[in-house]
Amino acid sequence: MEKKKFRREPLTDTQLLMTITICIFVVMYLLAMLLLKGGFLHAQQVFDMLNDNASLIIVSCGLTIVMITGGIDISVGAVTSLVVMSCILYLNKGGNIFVAVALALGIGIAFGVIQGFLISYLEIQPFIVTLAGMFFARGMTTILSVNPQKVEHEAFSKFRDIKIVIPWLGYTAKNGNLVPARIELGVVVALVCLVLIFLLLKFHRLGRGFYAIGGNQTSALMLGINVKMTRFISYILSGLLSGISGFVFMMHTGAGNATNAAGMEMNAIASSIIGGTLLTGGVGNVFGTFFGTITLTTIKKIVVSSGLNDPWWQSITTGGMLCFFILLQSVVLSRRSKKKKA
Amino acid sequence: MQENCLLKMRNINKLFPGVKALSNVDFTLRKGEIHALMGENGAGKSTLIKILTGVYQMDDGEIIISGNSANIRSPQDAQNIGISTVYQEITLCPNLTVAENMFIGREESFIVRHRYYEKRAEKILNDLGIPARSTQQLGSCSLAVQQMVAIARAVDMKCKVLILDEPTSSLDDNEVNMLFSLMRDLKSQGVGIIFVTHFLEQVYEVCDRITVLRNGELVGEYLTEELPQVELVAKMIGKELDELSSLGEFEEKQTAESEVFYEAKSLSSSDALPFDFEIHKGEVNGFTGLLGSGRSESVRAIFGADKVNGGTVKIKGEDVKITKPIDAMKHGIGYLAEDRKRDGIIADLSVRENIILALQVMKGFFKPISRSEAEAFADEYIKVLNIKTASRETPIGSLSGGNQQKVILARWLLTHPDYLILDEPTRGIDVGTKLEIQKLVLKLAEDGVSVTFISSEVEEMLRTCSRLIVMRDRHIVGELKGKDLNQAQVMKTIAGGESKNEG
Amino acid sequence: MKDNFKKIFKGGLGQLTIPIIAICLLVIFNLIRDPAFFSIALSHNNEGNLVLSGNLISIINGASELAILAMGMTLVTAACGGQDISVGAAAAIAGSAFVKILKSSPNINGVTVIAAFLFACVVAMIFGSFNGTLVSVFKIQPMIATLILYTCGRSIAYWINGGATPTVDSPIINAIGSFIPGIPIPTPILIVVLVAIVFKLVFHFTSLELFTQSVGINGSAARLNGINSTFIKLLSFIILGVCVAIAGTIGVSRLGLINHETLLLDVEMDTILAVAIGGNNLGGGKFKISGSIIGAYVIQMLTITLYAMKVSSTDVKAYKAVVIILLVVIGSPVIKAKFSKLMNNIKNRKPAVAKGAE
Repeated sequence: MEKKKFRREPLTDTQLLMTITICIFVVMYLLAMLLLKGGFLHAQQVFDMLNDNASLIIVSCGLTIVMITGGIDISVGAVTSLVVMSCILYLNKGGNIFVAVALALGIGIAFGVIQGFLISYLEIQPFIVTLAGMFFARGMTTILSVNPQKVEHEAFSKFRDIKIVIPWLGYTAKNGNLVPARIELGVVVALVCLVLIFLLLKFHRLGRGFYAIGGNQTSALMLGINVKMTRFISYILSGLLSGISGFVFMMHTGAGNATNAAGMEMNAIASSIIGGTLLTGGVGNVFGTFFGTITLTTIKKIVVSSGLNDPWWQSITTGGMLCFFILLQSVVLSRRSKKKKA
Repeated sequence: MQENCLLKMRNINKLFPGVKALSNVDFTLRKGEIHALMGENGAGKSTLIKILTGVYQMDDGEIIISGNSANIRSPQDAQNIGISTVYQEITLCPNLTVAENMFIGREESFIVRHRYYEKRAEKILNDLGIPARSTQQLGSCSLAVQQMVAIARAVDMKCKVLILDEPTSSLDDNEVNMLFSLMRDLKSQGVGIIFVTHFLEQVYEVCDRITVLRNGELVGEYLTEELPQVELVAKMIGKELDELSSLGEFEEKQTAESEVFYEAKSLSSSDALPFDFEIHKGEVNGFTGLLGSGRSESVRAIFGADKVNGGTVKIKGEDVKITKPIDAMKHGIGYLAEDRKRDGIIADLSVRENIILALQVMKGFFKPISRSEAEAFADEYIKVLNIKTASRETPIGSLSGGNQQKVILARWLLTHPDYLILDEPTRGIDVGTKLEIQKLVLKLAEDGVSVTFISSEVEEMLRTCSRLIVMRDRHIVGELKGKDLNQAQVMKTIAGGESKNEG
Repeated sequence: MKDNFKKIFKGGLGQLTIPIIAICLLVIFNLIRDPAFFSIALSHNNEGNLVLSGNLISIINGASELAILAMGMTLVTAACGGQDISVGAAAAIAGSAFVKILKSSPNINGVTVIAAFLFACVVAMIFGSFNGTLVSVFKIQPMIATLILYTCGRSIAYWINGGATPTVDSPIINAIGSFIPGIPIPTPILIVVLVAIVFKLVFHFTSLELFTQSVGINGSAARLNGINSTFIKLLSFIILGVCVAIAGTIGVSRLGLINHETLLLDVEMDTILAVAIGGNNLGGGKFKISGSIIGAYVIQMLTITLYAMKVSSTDVKAYKAVVIILLVVIGSPVIKAKFSKLMNNIKNRKPAVAKGAE
C-alpha cells in the first residue's frame, strides 16, 4: 500500500479497499495453483465458481448499492428463494418463459418498492423493514410449496441447457476425453448486471447520488440531491436484482425448495465487505464485490481441496477470512485518517 | 424601494420552542453589494440565513426575490432560485472527489461526464488559486481547502445571491484575501453577497452595508463608511453595555497572589501545540484569540479531552498525570465544552440525569446516586440557577439553549470543582442568561474556585477575567492584565501588532 | 376517559405504548376467536407432577430464551447503536460447552451442572468479548463484527460436539428444561423472572443504565464526562454473553440434547425484533429492558396464535412479517408526526367553527 503513494493520484478509499481484495485474491489463487494443483490448474475451476455463484454475484451487487447509501437489505436471499419457487410453479403449470421472467422481475421490484417506501419515506430502520421482508418472503415460499419442486417445462429445460462452450480452455479428463470449458447463461447475465451497475454507479447521476448520501446525508441534501428518492431507488434496484438472481438461480439448479438460497443474504453481505464496501456507506464498488464473492468461493474450494472435508472447516475459514478483512480495513482506514490529520 | 433591489425579506418571524428567534426582521440586499449581517451569537443571524436557504420555515413574513414573492421550502428550492450558500460547517461529501463535490446535484444530464467536469473543476480551482486537484478525494484535503471547494462550488453556480455564513473561520490570511478578491469580482458582476462573520476588520475591508441584529430583532441597516467600528460594537451589544458595567468593568480586579492551583509546562496534545499555563486559586482568566487560534484546543489539553502528547502538569504543586477526562475530574477540574450539542448534553436523558452525570462518574460505577438524592440535587440546582424546565424529568434536548447550558453548568457545579474551564458558555444563548452566567463565574471565583473563561465576545471576557491569554496561530502571543485589559489592547495583540508583553 | 385515552396516546406509557397495545390487541383477538384460549389447567404430567398447562403458559414458557436474549441485546443496542447477530450461534457454542462438561463427568449431580453452567458462561463471555473488542476497540459496526461469529459459530459448536448430537439424561437437566418437582410453573419462566430481577438489581446497585444510555446517545459528551465508553460497550457484550449462556442452557435442557444446527435457530432476528417492538431505538440510546421483554412475549404470542389458527410452522413467518410491519409503521416517527398534526388541525378547527357560529 505504501508504494501506491508514488502514483499520480492517491487512491480513493473505494479503490484502495478494492485493490487490497484483488491482490489478496490473486495471491491466494496463485498459491492454490502452486500448492494444491488439481482443479485449480484448469480454467473450468474458475468457470465453475462463476456458474455456481452467478446468483450470489447478482444479489451482492444489489446489496452493494444499498450498502453504499448507508443502508442494508437482508431480504435479498429470501426474495431470491421466493422468485425461484413462484417461477417453478408457474412454469410447471405450462407457463411462458417470458412471463416467468416478468414474474421474477415483478416480485423483486414489488419487494423493493414496498421496502424502499417504508425505509425512505416513513423513515423506519432498514434492518427491521428488510428483516420483515425476509420473513415474509420465506413464509410465502413455504406457503407456495413445502415440498421441493422440479421444473418440468420443455422449453425452459432447453433454454437452461444452453451453455457457452470454449473447447480450447478445456482439459483432458482421466479417460482421455477432452472436456471443453462450459459457462452457463446465468454467468453472462451476472456479468452484464455487473457491468451495467458499475456504469450506473460510476457514470450516472443517480449512482453518484448513492455515494453522496452514503458519504454524508445532510451534505447531500444541501448539495441539492433528492435524498429520499435516491434512497428509495436504491432499494428498488436491490429488489430488482434479487428478482433477476432468483431466475438465474432457477436456471442453475432447475429445481427449488423452501430452503433455497438460505443464508444467501449473509454471504452477500460478506462478499460486499470483503470487496471493500463499508456498512457505514459511501465507500464500495461492484467490481470489488465481484472479487469478494469469488474470494469467498475460492476459500471454500481451497479448504475442500486441502482435504478438510468436514463442512465446519468451510465456515470456520470463511469466518476467519472475514475477520481478517474486517480488521484489515479498519486498520487501513484509521491509519489513513490519522495521516490526513497530521 | 431602490430600483436594483435583489432580495427583500419583510417582517420575518420565527419561534423556536421557548425562544423567539426572530421577530419582525427586515433585510434588503441590492444588486452588486456585499452586505454584512452582524450580531452577537444568538442574535438570529443563522436563523435568518437558514430561513433564506430553506433549512427552516419561517412562521410569518415575506421573501421577495427580484420582485417576485418566493416560497423556499428546501435547500433545492433555494438553489433553483439562485441562492447559494457556504456554511461554516462543511456541507460536502468527503468520499467523493473534489470535482464531483463541485458539480453533484446540478449536473446537466443524467450521464456524468467525469473528464468534462474534472476539466471544468480544474479550471475553476486554478482561477481561484485553490491548492487542490479536481480528481482528489475531498476527504484527503485539509479543512480550509474543503471550505474553498465549497466556495468554488457556490461561485460557479451563477447565483444571484451568495450567502457566506462565517466561511473565514478556518482560512488563513492568504486564503481570506483570495476569498475577498473573489467576492469583489462577483460583486462587479452584479451578484449580491450576504457575509456573516465575527471579524470586524473583515467587515470593514469588503462590505458596503451592514445590517445589525440583536436578540432576534433588527437594530438597523447602515452604510459601512457611516458606521465607525466602535459604534458597530455598541449596536451589536446594545444598551446592555451600561447595564453590564455594573459588574464592575473598570474596578481593579484582584490579582492578589494566592497559591497556584494548576500549572502546566509545555503541555501538548494531538490538537494543541506545547504551551505553558498556570492559574491561581480563585482567579478568573481567559483564553482569547480568533476561532481556530488554538484556544479551545489548549483548554481541551488541560482537561485531557484530546490525546495528550507531552508536558508536565502540577496541581497544588504536586506532579500529576492527566491523560483522560476522568483524571482531570478526579483532580477537581471541570470542563464545559465548546460545542454544547456535540460534547455537552445527552439529549434524550432528563434534566436530572444530565445534572448528576459527572458526579456519578466521579463517585464510580458501583456507587449509584439514589433516585431521591438525584432528585434533591436536580431540584436544588434548577432553583439556584433558575433553570426553566417543565420538570426535572424533561429531556434536556427540549430545553432552550440557555437552559441547556445551565444544566451542564449545574452538572459541573455539583462536582464542586476547584478549577472550572468554561469554553464559550454563553454562545447562542439569550442575554439574560449570559448575564447570569457571568455573575456566577465571578461568584465562584470569590468562593475560591479558579475559572478559565473563553468567549468569542471580547467584551464579555474583559468584564469577567482578571488575566487574558491571547493566542494566534496555535501559539500564545501575549498575556494581558491590569491596565492592559481593554478592547483596543486585546485587538492589537490578537492582530499581532504588539507582542512585547509575551508571557 | 377521554383524557386517559389522550394521555396514553401522547405517550403516557412512553415507549411501551406500542408493545402494550400490540399485546392487548392479540389478547382481545384471541378471546374473540376462542374464549377458552387463555384457560389454564392444573394437571398431572407424565412424571406425575402437578403442573400448569395451557396456551398462556406455553406462550410465556416458550418465550423464555427470547426474553433473556432480548434483555442482553437491549444493552448492546443501547450502548453500541447496533445489534449482535451472532447470539444464536453463540448460544449453540455455550450449549455445547455445557453438554461437554456434563458428559465428561461420570454422574451428573448438582455440582457438575453448576460447573458446566459456569463453564458455558465463561465460554460465552469470551466470545462476547471477542465481538465487544471488535466493536469497541476497532470501531467496527456491531452487525459486521458479529457477522464473523454468525458465520462460523455453529461450526465451532459442531467441532466441540465432535460432529454428533450428544444427549444428556438427568433429572436435574430435565428440571431446568421443564418442571421442578413440586413447583407447577415451568422452570424457564422462573429463570426469566430471576434474570429480570438480577438486571433490576444491577441497575439499582450500579450506574450501568445511566452510563450505557449516555454512551449510546452522545458518545463524545460521555467521554468528556469521564465515562470509559470502550469499557461500557465491551461490558454490554459480556453481559449479553451471560444471557446467551443462560438461553443456551435452557435450550439444551428442554430437549436433553445439543443440536448445534437447530438450537435457537434464527433467534437473533427474533431477538432484534423484540428489542425494536419494545420501543427501543435500534440506533442506540435510551432503552427500557421491560419493553424488550414485552416485545419477546408479543412475538411468541403472535406465533402461538398463528399456530392455534392452524397456520403451519413454516408459514408463520409470512404472517409475522405483516404484523411486524404494521407495528413499526404505527410507531414510525413520520406517521406519528402526521397523526399529531392531524389531531392539532382538528383541535384548531373546532374553536374556529365555534367562533364562526357565534
